[in-house]
Amino acid sequence: MNDFYEFLTGPALWAAFIVFIVGLIVRLTYLYGISKERDRVLYNHVNVKWAIRSIVHWLIPLGSVGLRNQPVFAIAFFLFHICLLGVPIFLLAHNMLWQEAFGVGLPSLPDSIADALTVVFLLAAAVLLLRRIIRAEVRFLSTAWDYFLLILTSAPFVTGFLAYHQIGPYKLTMILHVLFAEILLIIIPFSKLGHIFLFFFSRVSFGFEMGRRGARTW
Amino acid sequence: MSDALQKPINTKVIKELLDINDSARIRTWLSICASCGLCAESCFFYLAKNKDPKLSPAYKVRTTLKELYRRKGEVDREFLEKCYNIIWGECTACRRCSLFCPFGIDISVMIVTMRGICHSQGIAPAGLLKASDNYRASGNQMAMSKEDFVETCTWMAEETAEEMRGLEIPIDKQGARIMYTVNAREPMYYPQDIAMMAKIFTVAEEDWTMPSTGWDDTNLAMFAGDKALAGQIVKNMYTKALELGVQAIAITECGHAYRSALFEGPYMLGYRDGKPPLPIVHSVRLFYEYLRNGRIKIDPDKMLEEPVTYQDPCNVSRNGGLWEEGRAIMKYIAKDFREMTPNSIYNHCCGGGGGFIPMGAEFKKRRIESGRIKAEQIKATGAKIVISPCHNCYDQIKDLNTEYNLGVKVIQFKEVISEAMIVPEKFRPVDTDDEEAQD
Repeated sequence: MNDFYEFLTGPALWAAFIVFIVGLIVRLTYLYGISKERDRVLYNHVNVKWAIRSIVHWLIPLGSVGLRNQPVFAIAFFLFHICLLGVPIFLLAHNMLWQEAFGVGLPSLPDSIADALTVVFLLAAAVLLLRRIIRAEVRFLSTAWDYFLLILTSAPFVTGFLAYHQIGPYKLTMILHVLFAEILLIIIPFSKLGHIFLFFFSRVSFGFEMGRRGARTW
Repeated sequence: MSDALQKPINTKVIKELLDINDSARIRTWLSICASCGLCAESCFFYLAKNKDPKLSPAYKVRTTLKELYRRKGEVDREFLEKCYNIIWGECTACRRCSLFCPFGIDISVMIVTMRGICHSQGIAPAGLLKASDNYRASGNQMAMSKEDFVETCTWMAEETAEEMRGLEIPIDKQGARIMYTVNAREPMYYPQDIAMMAKIFTVAEEDWTMPSTGWDDTNLAMFAGDKALAGQIVKNMYTKALELGVQAIAITECGHAYRSALFEGPYMLGYRDGKPPLPIVHSVRLFYEYLRNGRIKIDPDKMLEEPVTYQDPCNVSRNGGLWEEGRAIMKYIAKDFREMTPNSIYNHCCGGGGGFIPMGAEFKKRRIESGRIKAEQIKATGAKIVISPCHNCYDQIKDLNTEYNLGVKVIQFKEVISEAMIVPEKFRPVDTDDEEAQD
């Protein structure tokens, strides 16, 4: 077990991050390359205001009618994403590891808050999962892959929570925690989870497309 | 469906088209759709059919374009037939769904791309293909000859000159400010529409002309997915306008004509900068400016008294940015203006766009069924008059009026404005009594 854990937090972690970063760079570079010929709309009608408005209105919880019409979903959706990004990045345990490995680290959240946010995240994820099952139009669109990705994204949080509270076999929980996170990192560049960056590209595209028509940009 | 459905599928052509259209945007959209389902409730097809999940925009794209890419173009006729029903029978490219998508995915672009692919295999609604033949033969949708067109304009000018002194319909006037283009139905079936516009131009003292060719601003080839012909149709207008040396092309009260001429045309023609060679202005904008600048004044006694509502055409309001102008005009001409809910950018498509009307009998039943949403919106306003600066909306709402007993009259701005405007002394005919004169 210890060897496997060493492997996961050593070479495997390096590999996962490299695939994550390089994969994203390759994907974005490729898209940029083909866009120069096939997406002239993106270059002919550039306007920073349109781009910002398009992005901002969907970054704030109830900034668009689509979200206002489904407020429970909107709130769960935002909490999910805020915690998804906030907790791993500002977690004390993670920052300690960065400090040990590279001598740098970000400011950290107090553990009690990180813990609470983890619970918030898991509740939000549960709401999203239930919604997917309950609402007919969402269920109809959902594939096994959609369910898998939602569960995979939640897995590091579940295992992290269990590990922190020392519930269950600690070593196993930690191995699963790192393993799930690494699988997630590797999948991100090659799937819909690429929306981490592609959200911005798509919104900007829509902003330009509508702005050039004198229409509302979001 | 056309007989072309019996011809073999040319997979090579499909693959070529898939490759050309494999753009950064389409790749991204097909990949990041998170199956969130927010688009469903935006679509009137979905709402009208009791929220049938097969009618969510995301589902429509997945079962057509996304599937086609997944199969790398290796499909059979049966597959394309299924697509035909979806891309022409279940979407008007109104773009309302894109307002509800967290990523701003432009579903209409993907539906239209799919139309192009089906069209390449000879698969498209017969009504649109027939119109395409007309455009090729005569340059306009109605196969009207140049002589007939010019004669119609001359006839209208003569008739109307009796009501308004100094009224002219100049044909091919060099260097005029505006080249006015019309929906081919106007000279063919409603020539009085041209007369009304002539009256408005006269009172506004506009420097305008009709072109003898390139006067049809409709573009049914665009609906059919015939990108080459659609581009050519727009080019006819551009070429004529440049030849006449006018400062701008004006578009009649038609929705898709504006979208075609100003936004889609340049890209269909492959113009790298995506811009038309000269400015293009929609009638709604012209009327708004005339009223705001006082070039046209409305007689308060001739304002509409009955409750009126405004149909925001998708391609004039949501996709054309002119929803405020439309409303501003309403305030000049109507005493009791009632908004539909929702309205402006969020207004529902009437159900007649995307080529649905010219597709004819084949899709009429569907068109009327999905138009239930619009019918209910109109009924809820209690209005007796619907004003719509779009010919497709006009036709669709007339049909909805019959099928759903709405009890409304549908009219366009030019009709109201030409009848209610104050005609200055100098344009009034010499030998009529001036007892009703107002200055």
